[in-house]
This record gives sequence, structure tokens and C-alpha cells, in this order.
Amino acid sequence: MSILINKDTKVIVQGITGRDGGFHTKKMKEYGTQIVGGISPGKGGTEVEGVPVFNTVEEAVSATGANASVIFVPAPFAGDAIMEASYAGIDLVICITEGVPVKDMMKANSVLKQNGTKLIGANCPGLITPNECLIGILPAMIFKKGNIGLISRSGTLTYEVVNMLTENDLGQSTCVGIGGDPVSGLYFIDLLEMYENDPETKAVVLIGEIGGDAEEQAARFIKEKMTKPVVAFIAGQSAPPGKRMGHAGAIISSGSGTAEEKIKAFAEAEVPVAKEPGEIPGLVKQKLGL
Amino acid sequence: MKIHEFQARNLFKEYGIPVPDGVVCHSEEEVKQCVPDDDRLRVVKAQVHVGGRGKAGGVKLAKTKAEAIEKAGEILGMDIKGLKVEKVLVADAVDIEKEFYVGLINDRNTKSITLMASAEGGVEIEEVARVSPEKIIKMTIDPVMGLMDWQARKIALQLFDDPKQMRQAAAILVKLYQLYVDTDSSLAEINPLVVTPDKKVMAIDGKMNFDDNALYRQPDILSLRESTPDEEKEIDANEKGLSYIKLDGNIGCMVNGAGLAMATMDMIKLYGGEPANFLDIGGSSNPQKVVEAMNILISDKNVKAVMINIFGGITRCDDVARGLVTALDEIKTNIPVVIRLSGTNAREGLEIIREYGLPTVSTMSEAAKKAIELSRSQD
Repeated sequence: MSILINKDTKVIVQGITGRDGGFHTKKMKEYGTQIVGGISPGKGGTEVEGVPVFNTVEEAVSATGANASVIFVPAPFAGDAIMEASYAGIDLVICITEGVPVKDMMKANSVLKQNGTKLIGANCPGLITPNECLIGILPAMIFKKGNIGLISRSGTLTYEVVNMLTENDLGQSTCVGIGGDPVSGLYFIDLLEMYENDPETKAVVLIGEIGGDAEEQAARFIKEKMTKPVVAFIAGQSAPPGKRMGHAGAIISSGSGTAEEKIKAFAEAEVPVAKEPGEIPGLVKQKLGL
Repeated sequence: MKIHEFQARNLFKEYGIPVPDGVVCHSEEEVKQCVPDDDRLRVVKAQVHVGGRGKAGGVKLAKTKAEAIEKAGEILGMDIKGLKVEKVLVADAVDIEKEFYVGLINDRNTKSITLMASAEGGVEIEEVARVSPEKIIKMTIDPVMGLMDWQARKIALQLFDDPKQMRQAAAILVKLYQLYVDTDSSLAEINPLVVTPDKKVMAIDGKMNFDDNALYRQPDILSLRESTPDEEKEIDANEKGLSYIKLDGNIGCMVNGAGLAMATMDMIKLYGGEPANFLDIGGSSNPQKVVEAMNILISDKNVKAVMINIFGGITRCDDVARGLVTALDEIKTNIPVVIRLSGTNAREGLEIIREYGLPTVSTMSEAAKKAIELSRSQD
């Protein structure tokens, strides 16, 4: 079944009439994702890529039974879009948008908690269960169905790793891009737990980076709660302190959030950490006894 | 985004947080003109965007106005951790009976704002956190409810026995929180928050950082920004849709995606090279962006070779290749460039580059090794 999404997931696109929203709607549909509607306030009643457009998420859910939403709305409005989806009863919201103010994400999080809505992102490429459902901007052709679960803070680095796994015949159960922001939705531990409980997933590849202590917490969780093997890679070992390395969450503050600390935490949890992306397939095979 | 101490003090004043009187001066002449003509205890403090100014000699006491002018002269022009002191804050020094730390910070784990307070004021809070973490009081603030008066009192009661001081401190916390949310701050510290002999609670030093993602809606805060020439380059790049951080090495990198860009820098180091920068060109194959990116890399005199690492997902490699060729035609540099393209239309993209006459590789690893080799052949 993989995690979070499958061929039955019904998706609506918030911001469908924008350039990115329209383009990726087409790509997702081509993949076979069930895109059942789009939202663009004031453009209800029109159509984009054969998909009906509604004025509000509430109307879209009522008309289509959608249970997931992907957000391509600009940063100043993304927090509000997340909250609208949550109040409309969407179960899973994926926010692609980069540049959302932290305060907005904190407020949105309160609403999500209250309504029991799951969020992926913001500032993320989305997620995919190969051969079933792709939500976001991930490039379809690199993925292959299999048993490796992925969790990554990155976009193109994820694709690099997935490409190598696929080339090494290590297909993916689900791949989730959790995004590069400091305050986000589902994160490492949430997804590790899901993969641990997913019969299809046999091993997990975790791609982290500098900033925060989520990797350290994940390492503890893996040590205490996981039976399935995990292989990790941490980007940013050569990053200087105090600088935001592209991602809003990729910053070493007051000496903490360094790659060294994360690598050390994984070592203590007996999670192998690749020195470069090319080592990952070999480490996964080793852990799986292949 | 960072601001100077004097700017944080001004924001505190605006929000009714008591601070001692002070004035910012850029020269000894300005101190003479702007500081009141009386001899009282003052403190002269370097205004630079780094911590540890005191240890570096950038904070001095002055008993008379003449001394204040003298100390200003000593501190102006000093180099503190690579930054030149161009202005000083000359403020009334207050007698301190007790010192405290209070701070607000965005907390990734609770996804809300954490209020920290400690009776260990006037020292580095990271030091206290390391040595005696039990001395730091922490409270999670609900971002929807904000800091409620009873919460501010709860914190203040743990620090102050005297009811009048307790109320002053609680009021300061509430005001600091209001300032924090109004300005989309990511860090606000008062260290130390002091009690004077006449039982007044005041902020003697202040620090505030702001969420870069919110600057678009904080024009007043944005107007306080002061960047070094390197930081200017970074801001300039941002405005062009690029993410750029200068480093000290000689291998320029151009990559699509922040995580991949970090991994590229790391790989160069792993193989014994030194990256000259972090540069994320984002998800567009727009030739103009590639031209801008090459210009930034070339303008760094240290760069001896350039490594371009593109994993095309939605971005098509042949589009990127066309953009690169346009850029290289426009720029005409002698610096060797190694290009790695992978993903969508990689074959077509690599063909375009080969026809142009440049070396191409298909893995990131090969690209890094080749770039290092080429950088050494330039010596």
C-alpha cells in the first residue's frame, strides 16, 4: 500500500490557474494521478487541462470528494491556502511553495493540529507512490516501484539519489520530499513510523541536511523503535556557520545543527551514513543482505 | 536578517521597553556634538553584527564626556572578527544590582515560539545552556493565543521576588512578544535585563533577527538592513532568483537545487578540492539566469575552474545546455568549465555541449574530479 497516497487518492490543485499550477497539473495527470479539481478564487466554472475549477476548496471537496490537495499558491497566500484546505476537510495537504513566512506556518500548524490534517512541506517537491500517484513536481521517469521508502529535505538531491537507487534495481515504495523549511508538516519521525508500519517498505533512505535537530531525533527514534534498516546521507558538511544555504531551514545557528552532530547521532544509532550519494545503493544492499 | 544593537534598542523604545538613553555616533566629532555636556558614567559600544564585542575590546566605560570621546576614538576603526567598526553607541551606563536573560526564538520542534528566561544574565546563553541548562526557564507560546499576561507573570515570578519588579518584568515580556510577532522576528534577546539600585527594570543590551521570508511584508525592518560587500552580492543574487554564498576555495559550482548544491560542495571537499561558493540556480533553464550565475562565479578572482551540476527533473537538460551555450558565448572566459547533465533530455543536452566543444560528464562524481584536476592544471 505504501504510505500516504495511492491510486485511489483524489487530488485538487490550489493555484491551478497559475503557471506552475497548470503545468504540473498536466504532468500529474499524465502520470495517472486522479486530479479531480482545481481552485482559483473568481475563476470557478472554468477548466484547466480538462479539470474543473472551483472558487473554494469547500466547493471542490463537496463536488468531487477530494481528500488531498496540492498548493501552488504564491508565498504571501500559501499559509491561508493551507488553512482553507484543512477547514474544508482535506486529509493531506502538500505545499510546494517556497518563501512562506515562519509565522504563517506556525499559525497554519495550529489549525492542522485542531483539524487532524496532515501537511507535507512547505517548500517541497511533493511525494510519489510509483505506478500509483504523483503529487507535486517530482520528475516521474526516475522512479521505479519497489521496497525502499524515502524521506528527504531536498529536491534535486532526492532525484539524484532516487536515480541511483533505480539504476541499482532498488525501487521505491513511496518517496516523500518534506521540504527545506524550518517549520513544516510531517517530518522524519512521523514518516519513519509510517514506513515501519508499511508492509511494502523493507528499508528507508533518509536524506537530511544542516539546521535544526530533526536528524538527531530521528536517530534516537530509529534506535529505539525501528526494526527496518535505514541508510542516511547528510548534505552541508562543508557549509559555513550562520549562513542560510538556500533552504530557509538549512542554517547552522549558535554552533548547533551541524552535519557532524547529525552524522554522529546516526553512528550512535548504527545507521550507516554515506559519504557521498553514490555510496547509498551499496549501503542499502548491504543492509538488506543483497 | 540581522540588525545592530542600537536598532534593536530603538525598536524596544518604540514598544515601551525601558532602555538607558544613548546616541549613535560615527566619529569622535559626532560624540562631541551629540552627547550631553556632562560627566557621568557612560558605556561606548561598537556597533557591528557579531557577538563577543566586549572580549574584543569593543565595549568600554567612560567616566567623563572627554573619556567618552577618547574611547569612541579607540573603538571606531577597530576590526572585530573581520568587521570594521564604523559606528558606536554611547549610552548611559546604569548600576546593576541583578542581571537576567530573556529571549524569544522560533522553535522548529514545537512549531511555535519559545520564551526563555534565566537568572544567569549578562553571559552567553549558549554557555548557560551547555553548563547549567536547569537554570534556563522555557515556555512554549501558542502562536494563536500569543503570550498571555498570566504566562508573562508566571515567568517573572520565577525570577523576581519583589512584586514591583516582577510586574515591570512581566510587562516587558509582553511588549517584547508583541514586537516579536509584529515584526516577523526569528530571535529577540534582552541580555542583560537588569534591576538598577533604584529598583527599575531595564534592557541594557538587545539583539533581534528577522525571518527573511517575511521581509517582503516588513518594509520598515527591511530598511534597517546593512550588509557587507559579500552579503550585498548574496542579496543581489537573490533578487535574480539565485542563491549564492561565497566561500574561500577555487572551484566555482553552479547547481540546480539547494540540497544538491550543498552535496556538490561537500563532494568537492571530499575529493580534496575547495569549493569557491554555494550557488543554487533553482528550477529554471532560463538562459539569462545561467548568464547571471556565470557572471557571479567569474567575478570571484579565486575561481580556477567551474563545475556545473544539473539534475533535470521538470527542467529539461537540453534547455539548460542551450542556456549555458548562450552564457558562455556572452561571457567568453578562459576558466575551464566542466558540465554534468543528468535527467530529462540529458543525452540531447550533452550533445549540445559537446558540439560547442566543452568536456561533459554524466555523473556528479566524475564532474567533481575533473573540476579539481582542471583547477590544478591552472596553477
